[in-house]
Amino acid sequence: MALPKYTEPHYRIWHYFYLFICGCVFFFLIAPLFVIFPLSFNAEEFLVFTDGMMRLDPDAFSTRWYKDMIYGTKNPWGLAAKNSFIIAIFATIGSIILGTLAALGLSSRHMPYKVLIMATLISPMIVPLIISGVAIFFFMAKVGLAATHLGIILAHIILGTPFVVITVTATLSGFDHSITRAASSLGSNPFNTFMKITLPLILPGVISGGLFAFVTSFDEVVVVLFLAGLDNTTIPVQMWTGLREQLSPTILAVATCLIVLSILILVTAELLRRRSERLRGINR
Amino acid sequence: MSSETQKILSTDGIPLEESLKQAEKKNKIKAFLLVTPLLLFLIITYIIPIADMFSRSIDDKMVTNMLPKTYKAMEQWDGKELPPEEVFEAFYLDYKILVENKTAGRLQTQLNYEKNGFKSVLKKLARKQKKFEEGNYKEQIMKVHKRWRNVDYWRAIKRRAPAYTYSKYLKGVDMYSNEEGKIVQVSEDRRIHRILWSRTLEVAFFVTLFCFLMAYPIAHLLATLPMKYSNLLMICVLLPFWTSLLVRTASWMILLQQQGLVNDFFVWIGLVGDDNRPEMMYNKTGTYVAMTQILLPFMVLPLYSVMKTISPSLMRAGKSLGATPGVAFFKIYFPLTIPGIGAGCLLVFILAIGYYITPALVGGASGTLISNQIAYHMKSTLDWSFASAMGLMLLTGVLVIYWIYNKLVGVDNIKLG
Repeated sequence: MALPKYTEPHYRIWHYFYLFICGCVFFFLIAPLFVIFPLSFNAEEFLVFTDGMMRLDPDAFSTRWYKDMIYGTKNPWGLAAKNSFIIAIFATIGSIILGTLAALGLSSRHMPYKVLIMATLISPMIVPLIISGVAIFFFMAKVGLAATHLGIILAHIILGTPFVVITVTATLSGFDHSITRAASSLGSNPFNTFMKITLPLILPGVISGGLFAFVTSFDEVVVVLFLAGLDNTTIPVQMWTGLREQLSPTILAVATCLIVLSILILVTAELLRRRSERLRGINR
Repeated sequence: MSSETQKILSTDGIPLEESLKQAEKKNKIKAFLLVTPLLLFLIITYIIPIADMFSRSIDDKMVTNMLPKTYKAMEQWDGKELPPEEVFEAFYLDYKILVENKTAGRLQTQLNYEKNGFKSVLKKLARKQKKFEEGNYKEQIMKVHKRWRNVDYWRAIKRRAPAYTYSKYLKGVDMYSNEEGKIVQVSEDRRIHRILWSRTLEVAFFVTLFCFLMAYPIAHLLATLPMKYSNLLMICVLLPFWTSLLVRTASWMILLQQQGLVNDFFVWIGLVGDDNRPEMMYNKTGTYVAMTQILLPFMVLPLYSVMKTISPSLMRAGKSLGATPGVAFFKIYFPLTIPGIGAGCLLVFILAIGYYITPALVGGASGTLISNQIAYHMKSTLDWSFASAMGLMLLTGVLVIYWIYNKLVGVDNIKLG
């Protein structure tokens, strides 16, 4: 953003000050994430930068915490990772199916009580998590699903569907309904029309909603803390326990893996967004 | 002519108007059927359990169910003098069953909440009543302990007669109803909940403010930079957004510890001495810093999506008409961003007010919020009705904020980046 030549000096100073502030804020946002990265390769057990690390001495770095994460005795991370992925995948599938159906209904102009129903469907996003946690725990305890995978999956479907509903409704807002009418007039049945016409067009929205649902489930800890027994701890629960008891470098190794995962998700989400915009003919 | 238009028929012989109405109805049902699975699922697993928290929070049937005969007999008693013989007899019979079933302990605890010293009186009665003779229970009970002659103890029992109570809500704001049935505040040194409520509001307010002050310039920069630069910078906002909350909290725990990088930096620039590094974690400072960074993306994204739609020619027009950049900004640009400010502030405030994980990890004792108290009662004291009551008070607060926001700005579009 170059300034025009005729800019007066005090605006010029103000402009550079503004850029400086922005730089500080960006630093504040992103820098904390990169502290974890080098420290997870620390050869010592301390969570501070040792003198050796400052001198970039190769002996000061090691992958022992990664080995500990994978092969460590009594290590909880393997089970936690397995549980996290199982729960997140099923929760995502459930959220996508229920959320997409609901979004299709909601974006029909014939839908009665639209505002009220929309408010109900996205309420799990607005209600503080701790309250959702308490309510869902009472329900799951009553039906005997507390401390089961199924209970946690259902809980995460509750928390994940609002994201799918919102993203798919947003995608459908630019959707040309005359295409589906054209398909029907050419003799396609509604199911076929959906699979062949509607779904491919709204797919980016569905997937990005699914990504939100996946991340919500994968990262969710408050509700799982209420629901989980010993057999169904997840990565966030293990991290929570670890952070409360003792901050060990193994946690930082796990955290680094999670950051890499979130970079992958970010890239996927970004690519999807662009594809969606291209498909819907939104040019910038 | 007009009668002919009314009688237009569709191909299958039904009047067109009726056929259209039918099609409309069919479409309505179709749309509704698509929403039904999710709606039913949420109502059963989510909405009803939240409503159920209310009945749990006012439920006080425990004592009521333990003393059924007593409360029946007490219906006639006005509570001014000692109750009549029937009440004594009923209480003796009820209590006998409880002692036999070995559940008298719960009654003793519950009544001791109402009146201090009730526990020992009841325990003594449990021992002595085995030798009771039939008839004239009033005399016999009063002989066991002189406190049974004190009408206050009988009033205490009567106070627990209703099956429902709002005492948990009073407890949530550090009040209780005393022996005369008046609502009074608890003694000054025990008013912990009010401190927590005001601290929660304070933290939520300041975190929202800090987020706004930091998000506004960078959202503006992102919206005005050319695409190729802004996409790159957007990663700085989106990467924390997609990263696990616990990872970000862990990184703050490392940075803010006494030997951490932030303290190292302060020592290096000479702000503090190496021997008295300030404690920045396990207090409110830690909560503020970590929550601001974690919630910042939720402020940037709505602001950005609104700023993106503001045409730069508006500012140019303002300037060409003689406004200084400052005036142009405050008269033109800022008012146009208000919907984004509203959405961002609402989102951050609501998220902050119910925050649990970060304050629990970096907040220490002086930085925990109301959510931590709810979790504490759910997990440690197991006072679930109190946790429900506090949860509902918090929920009411959130809904009120949401409602005010809806009145002021309007919730028509929640955007997710």
